[in-house]
Amino acid sequence: MTMNIKQFKYLSFALAVASIAICCTPVKEYQKNRLNDGEMSLGARKVEKTENSFQTYREGASGANGGKTGGGCGCN
Amino acid sequence: MGFVHLQFYRFMRKICLTLIGIYVGLFAGFAQDTTDSSRYKNNKLTFEEANIVSSYYSQDGNNSAVTGGIGTEKLTDISNSFDLKFFRYDTRFRKHTWNFELGIDHYTSASSDMIDLKANSSASHADTRIYPSVNWTRENENKGTSIGGGVFYSHEFDYSSYSANINFAAKTKNRNGEFSARAQYFADRVNRVLPTELVASIAGTTSASSSGNDRDGHHINYPATGRNTFDLALSYSQVVNKSLQVMFLADFVGQNGYLSLPFHRVYFADGSVHQEMLPSSRFKIPVGIRANYFLGDKIILRAYYRYYTDNWGLTAHTASLEMPLKITPFISVSPFYRYYVQTAIKYFAAYQQHTAADVFYTSNYDLSAFNSSFFGTGIRLTPPKGILGSAHFNMLELRYGHYNRSNGMQSNIVSLNLKFK
Repeated sequence: MTMNIKQFKYLSFALAVASIAICCTPVKEYQKNRLNDGEMSLGARKVEKTENSFQTYREGASGANGGKTGGGCGCN
Repeated sequence: MGFVHLQFYRFMRKICLTLIGIYVGLFAGFAQDTTDSSRYKNNKLTFEEANIVSSYYSQDGNNSAVTGGIGTEKLTDISNSFDLKFFRYDTRFRKHTWNFELGIDHYTSASSDMIDLKANSSASHADTRIYPSVNWTRENENKGTSIGGGVFYSHEFDYSSYSANINFAAKTKNRNGEFSARAQYFADRVNRVLPTELVASIAGTTSASSSGNDRDGHHINYPATGRNTFDLALSYSQVVNKSLQVMFLADFVGQNGYLSLPFHRVYFADGSVHQEMLPSSRFKIPVGIRANYFLGDKIILRAYYRYYTDNWGLTAHTASLEMPLKITPFISVSPFYRYYVQTAIKYFAAYQQHTAADVFYTSNYDLSAFNSSFFGTGIRLTPPKGILGSAHFNMLELRYGHYNRSNGMQSNIVSLNLKFK
């Protein structure tokens, strides 16, 4: 059985998700002092706002980063 | 004497027991009060935080789309945004948050100045963009769910945009995972400011027009056209352990309408000049993963990867790593590196490479094949007594980055974020 690149990508992604799910340990609120650190935030950071904006203009790809995806400006 | 001592001992024991009873009673009373106060939530509108973000961006290169893929790309942009966040709790203990934001950008562009090739310096060499927005979120902290919505407006001389969004988020039962979804719609309007030599041949071909004064105060009727963007953004974040959390992100973006830019020239192999022509629809799918890991006590690793594909034939990979190093608990330095690579869209060709056989054509190097590196560092200060001793001046973050594209374009950016609480 052969596997093309697309199937390999899907399989890799599925394995990554599965391994993260298996490794998860329940963490109580009082144990989240490190996770609650300002620099551990998973959301888009305000200081990177203009960087994300110029990258949306200067590059063909956008999105999946909590920022712009193409509308609202004369960008790509 | 022995009887008197016994009576005194009993009397003192009663007093002690009474005092202990009173103390325990009072303690229980206070304990009860504490429980009640935890249910109390402020139902007055309360200021939460304000942010000022300022940036200076400067770029240069030699592949301007305005002059058909050749010529200067010199551009500077000063960007400022100010946001205010307020919250209040309703009678059902749900938290309502309002975020008001106003952004103002001012740019100068040598390539936009070339819309009129004969002018030494035309009105199009500079512009100001204003973009206010309002967002509201209602969070049910007991259930771990939130809903919200917002509106956005953006205006610059040749481009305006109205946008609305709705969003929903729900945490898992153990509060270690969160799913969120956001649907957003942009209705954009493009004033068709054409290269001057093409005005006579192209003007009047659009269905609508927009009138106004140009930046020199002259009244002009520009033909206008529309562009719509629909975006469904999904994400799922998960706490893996006490030091690691990850987030999966995906966007499904559909665009239709006028997706070219009217002042982009394309020079054909026969030397003729044309206005950029791109398909009227585009569908984009970017998917990404973000992982933040607290390594030891002083180092944080912030990693990000994104895969992007669209129906114009562009695929791209983005990978970045940032490493905040905590010099003290309140000062950190964050070096970062970002690598990006993309393929060209099907409709791209360089200066004088397109032919009359092409249905769609562009010489915009932002849509060509290239790779880029972006690197720099940031510093973040969060002293416990506030910046400069001001308790309300909560945080200062300064960041510099240098961007280097394989086709020669380079840029620098400095950003400053001040947070007040």
